[in-house]
Amino acid sequence: MDPGPLVEHIPSLRRYARALTGDAWAADDLVQDTLERACSKWRLWIVGSDLRAWLFTIMHNVFASQLRRAPPRAVVDVDGDDAPELHAPDAGHEQRIDLQRCLLLLPDDQRAVLLLVALEDLSYRQIARVLGIPAGTVMSRLSRARSRLHALMEGEAAPTVQRPSLRRLK
Amino acid sequence: MNAHSDTDRDDSSQRDWQRQREALRALHRDVLDEPVPVALLAAASSAARRQGQRARWLGWSGIAAAVLIAFGIGWIANGQWTLQRTGAALAQTPGNRAFAHEAAVAHAVFSPEKRHPVEVAAAEQQHLVQWLSRRLDRPLKVPDLSAEGYALVGGRLLPGDDGVRAQFMFEDPAGRRVTLYLGAVGDKAAPSTAHESAFRFSSQGPVPSFYWVDRGFGYALAGDASRELLLRLATSVYRQL
Repeated sequence: MDPGPLVEHIPSLRRYARALTGDAWAADDLVQDTLERACSKWRLWIVGSDLRAWLFTIMHNVFASQLRRAPPRAVVDVDGDDAPELHAPDAGHEQRIDLQRCLLLLPDDQRAVLLLVALEDLSYRQIARVLGIPAGTVMSRLSRARSRLHALMEGEAAPTVQRPSLRRLK
Repeated sequence: MNAHSDTDRDDSSQRDWQRQREALRALHRDVLDEPVPVALLAAASSAARRQGQRARWLGWSGIAAAVLIAFGIGWIANGQWTLQRTGAALAQTPGNRAFAHEAAVAHAVFSPEKRHPVEVAAAEQQHLVQWLSRRLDRPLKVPDLSAEGYALVGGRLLPGDDGVRAQFMFEDPAGRRVTLYLGAVGDKAAPSTAHESAFRFSSQGPVPSFYWVDRGFGYALAGDASRELLLRLATSVYRQL
């Protein structure tokens, strides 16, 4: 097989991973692990099916398993990764740092749904398959993620522990 | 296909979502235009090669080409890896020791302070993290050391040898303080050399500290405490960051 189709997806995998982890090194680590996992699981990919959705599914599984483990300490590749520059603090840049920081405050499953919709334009059905959850859960996670992110960016620190507002019936 | 439009109740929430979405898409837009790192190309083409070997219907010429590409890229990637590993090993120690020393001095200067131990107190934790994240150009998190009996006092911005540093201060119920000192380390032109290191203990300087490098960031946990306690705290910090 021509590696072209696989290579074509690397930039968007990298961007998604960057937003998901908030870290250039961790992101490329995640992409590398995803490609290696894809390599060992080729048999499971059906030729002609949606390669991108399949790759995102693998990435999600790798990401979830990394969270359960201790943080990885392996040396990773950083080729093509620009050195962190010294930024003069400009407003746009500060906003991006704020956005990434607030993204990281979202629960992992909410962040994943939000990014798959916003960055990848995947449909609810595709996302449901990628994350292995029902489509209804995708929708509710998306709406929670959106309002939580909005609140965080506006500085109305939403409570870290979600207390469902149940009405008490007496 | 516009999958999200049906959940939107009205125009203003639609506009909010558009703004949020645009901000998210702009966040790491530049990554899409970066050249793909060699090691990732190698991983992709090795996956492609397996698929090629498996697919009987593929002609021999296709397989040969895929293998050739994979081999070529693998060869280059291998060279890169070797270089990086050696570089990392060589570049590690001296810079980090200076970093640990800075951390110990910063601890000694600020931790005895009664009235002004920190610039921004724990009560304003959200502002503290936002401010220091912006100045250190990295989304920061304050580790939670309450399981070890330490509560956040607050934090401050400091100048280090290489640029901006942040210090978070924690204190136990008896008022004993430890500080976490952090900031970007390593050669800006070759960030891989400062990628990561093991925990190192330093007893030189005013107080002992554990320091380590993780993803281009240096961390030092310093305090007038036993090696065991510092290690326990450093491990907890490492796990959380």
